[in-house]
Amino acid sequence: MIPPIDLLLATALPLIAWRVLATDELPTSVVLFIAFGLLSALAWARLDAPDVALVEAAVGTGLTGALLMSSLRSMERPRPPSPWRARAIALVAAAIAVALASVVALLPRGALGLGPAVLARSEESGVAQPVTAVLMNFRGHDTHLEMLVLLAASIGVLSIQHGTASHGVDTAPTSSVVMMLVELIVPALVVLAGYLVWRGSRAPGGAFQAGAILAGGAVLLLLTRRMAPLSLERQMVRMFLFAGPVLFFLVAAVPLGFGGDMLEYPRGWGGSLILGLESALTLSIATILTMFFPQGAPAPRRRG
Amino acid sequence: MTPRTVISAALLILGGAFFLAGTLGLLRFPDVYSRLHALTKADNLGLGFVAVGLSIEAASFALSVKVFIVWASVVLASGISSQLIAGAAFRAGVAPAGKAPPGEAP
Repeated sequence: MIPPIDLLLATALPLIAWRVLATDELPTSVVLFIAFGLLSALAWARLDAPDVALVEAAVGTGLTGALLMSSLRSMERPRPPSPWRARAIALVAAAIAVALASVVALLPRGALGLGPAVLARSEESGVAQPVTAVLMNFRGHDTHLEMLVLLAASIGVLSIQHGTASHGVDTAPTSSVVMMLVELIVPALVVLAGYLVWRGSRAPGGAFQAGAILAGGAVLLLLTRRMAPLSLERQMVRMFLFAGPVLFFLVAAVPLGFGGDMLEYPRGWGGSLILGLESALTLSIATILTMFFPQGAPAPRRRG
Repeated sequence: MTPRTVISAALLILGGAFFLAGTLGLLRFPDVYSRLHALTKADNLGLGFVAVGLSIEAASFALSVKVFIVWASVVLASGISSQLIAGAAFRAGVAPAGKAPPGEAP
């Protein structure tokens, strides 16, 4: 006998999903999407996957819902929020808070999850740091897909930037003190990024942190005009952009030709392959994050 | 609980409070200039308190020095980047809240 709550979830989820896609009214669609996220968080909790439920409620529903609502607001003519709308937003926020709290309450007490299993086998991964072992070896496909999501996001950013390129950062000179400090700090950032990649095999660090730091340095160079805005016209930019994903594809596919599994590192090669992959990923992540910066947001509409 | 732990915990909480204030400013202040002000000033001070709190409990002197290098780098980096971002915003014609855009008659 299926519990009634599961029956309810199983019927409601596809129904709401269909309505999200079929509704003509965008605001209705967004509200339904949030409801869908909350119910699917509940479904994950029912499937004994409280961590997935937590992410679904926080990121899939809370964050994405907020982003969608903010996009909706920038599409319509500005007007003071009606009390009805304020109440609706408060209601949605409260529902998300309740969902998050109930998922946290559902988390099994004292559970270690997969931690011990990872620690026991991290020798085999080629790296001593358990987080790096999970990201680059045991769950390498997750990291690969994340990389592809970032790549897709950068393509989205490029398509928005197309019309707003003229709103780029202005050319006026910066004070010489700031210039000197930038010249001082950018080389240090490059060294730090390299250190983080190398360090990632034994301690917290790795491609995402190193890429973020490199991108920070690149933003300083953009703001001081030491570097031209990244454009896909330049071959170097394209190479950097695809270095990580392409190398990941190769490392994933080559073992298949030798009777291995996808993304299986040859015995003894794990450490070096992971370091190579992380280096390539660092370049790609830094390039993508830098592309997000200069003309990232659409120019504000001028009133007039 | 030794007095050292108590002092360290108090400093960490104080640092956290400054971060909270800085984030509140980022969310609530009206324009890019005051938001930058809230972020860099409050967070640098907050990180300073966190650094002092951590180095009191650090296992070795070398570790405390590392923590202070981190703090000094962040102060330097946020000083530079806030200058650059504010300058770029000003030249791009972003008006301070309640004022006319730069270069236009009020």
